[in-house]
Amino acid sequence: MFEVIAFYIFSILTIIMFGIVVFSKNSLYAMSALAGGMIFISGFFFLLGAEFLGVVQIVVYSGAVMALYAFGMMFFDTTRDVKENIHYKKILYSLSIISAVLIVIIMSAPIYSANIESLYPSAIEGVGNTQIIGLVLFTKYLIPFELAAVMLLVSMISGILLVSKRMDMNLTEKDHYEEKGEII
Amino acid sequence: MITLTHYLVLSVILFSIGLVGVMRRKNLLMLFFSTEILLNSVNIGFVAVSHYYGDLSGQLFAFFIIAVAASEIAVGLGLLVLWYKKTGSINLDSLQMMKG
Repeated sequence: MFEVIAFYIFSILTIIMFGIVVFSKNSLYAMSALAGGMIFISGFFFLLGAEFLGVVQIVVYSGAVMALYAFGMMFFDTTRDVKENIHYKKILYSLSIISAVLIVIIMSAPIYSANIESLYPSAIEGVGNTQIIGLVLFTKYLIPFELAAVMLLVSMISGILLVSKRMDMNLTEKDHYEEKGEII
Repeated sequence: MITLTHYLVLSVILFSIGLVGVMRRKNLLMLFFSTEILLNSVNIGFVAVSHYYGDLSGQLFAFFIIAVAASEIAVGLGLLVLWYKKTGSINLDSLQMMKG
């Protein structure tokens, strides 16, 4: 009973929040609504017994990603309303809904037709969700995990390089650096 | 009783909201927000399937999707800031350089 109430409350709130993100004209409202929606999605993860993923969702999305967006928005003019000229509204909405339904049918048809056996059972006696995720992550998924770490490192370096101006120069060459004028 | 179908339907609704955003938005920052919605709706589907089939692989895929989303935003926002410094606009139509 509790699960049903929680599911419906969370789903209604998430849909409202993401509707604000998509249809709002002010980008600050959209960003705040996106942060709220991320928190409500972590509520679904807790309902489904994936505590580790719920905590990761809160930490990564509403912590890191939203901070990144907030800092990125300082570069842009966010006080103005977003002007958008849109043509062909009916085609747009019908196309997007049809394609979403098609994707779900493609994904869920094999699940219904074949009885999938679980490779890595998620419930073992006396072992919590975080522990078992660690066990599977560091045995079967070790190489993807390390690749994800390298990918995060590469994206961090590229983010720093792209935004900051003077990072392509050598910082130890002081004469060259001072000749170039003011530091930004 | 909440079944797997409920979660999949919710995932469809969120995914279609994100798709409407991707097709409707002309501001590039808003386009990034919509891609976040798409990735999150897929995450809900993965975790629901993983819970109802008792398999942990779905949760691990959702974990990797979160990692991919984080790095995508870092690179994308860097490119967006560069583009804004160059042209002074983050409208999608300003990216149209080839008149086809």
